[in-house]
Amino acid sequence: MSPLSAYLQRGVAVRATVAVALLAVALFVLPHTAGADWITTFTSVAIYSVVALGFGILYGRVGMISLGQVALLTIGCWIGTRFAYATSLPFPFLLLLAGGITCVIGVLVGLPALRLSGLYLALITLMFAGATTVFLSVNDFPSGNNGFLGKASTGALTTSTPPVRRPSWAVADVAYYRYTVIVCAILFLLALVHVSTKPGRAWATIRESEPAAIAAGVNITLYKLWAFALASFVTGVAGCLLAAQVGVPRAITFQTQDSLTLAATALIGGIFSIWGAILAGVFNQLLPFLFQAQWGLNPNFLLIIFGAGLLQVLLTAPGGLVDQFPKDMASLARLIFSGFRKLPRARGTEK
Amino acid sequence: MIEVTALTVRFAGVTPIDDVSVVFPGGTCGLIGPNGAGKTTFFNVLSGFVRPAAGTVTAFGENLLKMADYRRARWGLRRTFQTEMAVEQLSIFDNVAMIHEHSGAKRSARRDDVLSAIEFVGLNANPSSKVGRLGARERRLVEVARAVVGRPRVVLLDEPAAGLPDEETGHLSAVIKQIPERYGALVILVDHDMALVSACCETTAVLDFGKLIASGPTAEVLRNEHVIRAYLGTEEEL
Repeated sequence: MSPLSAYLQRGVAVRATVAVALLAVALFVLPHTAGADWITTFTSVAIYSVVALGFGILYGRVGMISLGQVALLTIGCWIGTRFAYATSLPFPFLLLLAGGITCVIGVLVGLPALRLSGLYLALITLMFAGATTVFLSVNDFPSGNNGFLGKASTGALTTSTPPVRRPSWAVADVAYYRYTVIVCAILFLLALVHVSTKPGRAWATIRESEPAAIAAGVNITLYKLWAFALASFVTGVAGCLLAAQVGVPRAITFQTQDSLTLAATALIGGIFSIWGAILAGVFNQLLPFLFQAQWGLNPNFLLIIFGAGLLQVLLTAPGGLVDQFPKDMASLARLIFSGFRKLPRARGTEK
Repeated sequence: MIEVTALTVRFAGVTPIDDVSVVFPGGTCGLIGPNGAGKTTFFNVLSGFVRPAAGTVTAFGENLLKMADYRRARWGLRRTFQTEMAVEQLSIFDNVAMIHEHSGAKRSARRDDVLSAIEFVGLNANPSSKVGRLGARERRLVEVARAVVGRPRVVLLDEPAAGLPDEETGHLSAVIKQIPERYGALVILVDHDMALVSACCETTAVLDFGKLIASGPTAEVLRNEHVIRAYLGTEEEL
């Protein structure tokens, strides 16, 4: 059946070209045109788009709503920090360790998902996010000492606390930005491979109907936990990236409500599409930067914008901006073209 | 062959299947009865969604009730639901391929098997188009393609013609009739459309209020006075 494979290949080729072009712009154009504070923001955009990706896998693909994704990011950040101080492992190993351990924790958090769904699962994961915040506010992040918590006995962070190390060849901000973008691109690729193969199809079937999925031979327990494992792994790796980006992470910068904001931006960006996750990262990190540092506006206004955006998505555009924007543009183009076509016809009737 | 012996299902205070013993010999078998007769509950027992209070179900010599629900697909059990359950997010090809993936059939044969199942049901649409964009008739055909792919042994069709106009039911009937021969599977067809049941099924069993009231060759069963009474009611009951 050659038309099928031709169609499939054309679609894949177009998307791959766009992705490579975007990646090239991110790696080679942005570092030369953007200032230092912009580069730091773009690094955060990349990291938070991975968190949104995890949310999208759970909710967009499997239909399990988790409001604890930023908590998992925090845990990845904590583990990355702890191992960075405790060991002299190369940075990629730190990433894998943070991802691996966060993955185990994420699967444990996901266990209730086998019994609960909808609002109840959302509440459980939100409580998990709250518990993480409480743990952090008591124990804070490790600061290079011994013990399980790796914290100085006085408890306070001092100016002498060494920053979490970065890869030796990516110490400068621009180099570390490129490093982050590449790692995030690999994580996106990992998700893409999952979504477009057997697990992705099984997840879509579970989302449609659990009885139908069982009747189709899908081991629901396995595939739900698999989704939690994947989402937690990528989020944990992103957390470790975040640890080295900020250098000395502090508990105060991680709040329970961040998980809610992330869920909102992920829904606005579009949870059914991998592209939507990138858009969510932009909303979550770039907009606050623009509001605060560039335009001098109170970033709390953003919560109103996100609220309005969320309403819009829930009411009229379930696919999010990434789905709705091309449709709106196409309608606009049709409107303009139909306007053009009417003009000559109108003149013709005059003659 | 499927042998059902003394099958009883109880939900709190209700007995939707009451001591039913019946044999589905092979080919396409009809299962009919008025609403609430226990047809879908019977399918749910076979799928493993409902645990019977008593009785056994033996399919091709194996105890079906002992298998975990999701493993029955790998064994060769397929089913469609009254409400249509093709996955909107996936393409036609992926909808059928995902059944193949969990059926235990050979990976190397997947592409050919899937495309031949799509061709078998007579679906004239681009296999890469999303099911969400298809009409009701085409979605039904996707479901039938899902039910026959990957070495099925038992195919359960729960009201496949519900909501379809007559001429499309005709096409569906021709497809269903060919399943046993083409795929070697036993088909159990539940439907209220008697024309469809008579056209497809050599044998038919009739349930009423959870009890088996008739079974045998379809033409005889449909002439059976108990069956007519169950469907049309009797004067005494009025």
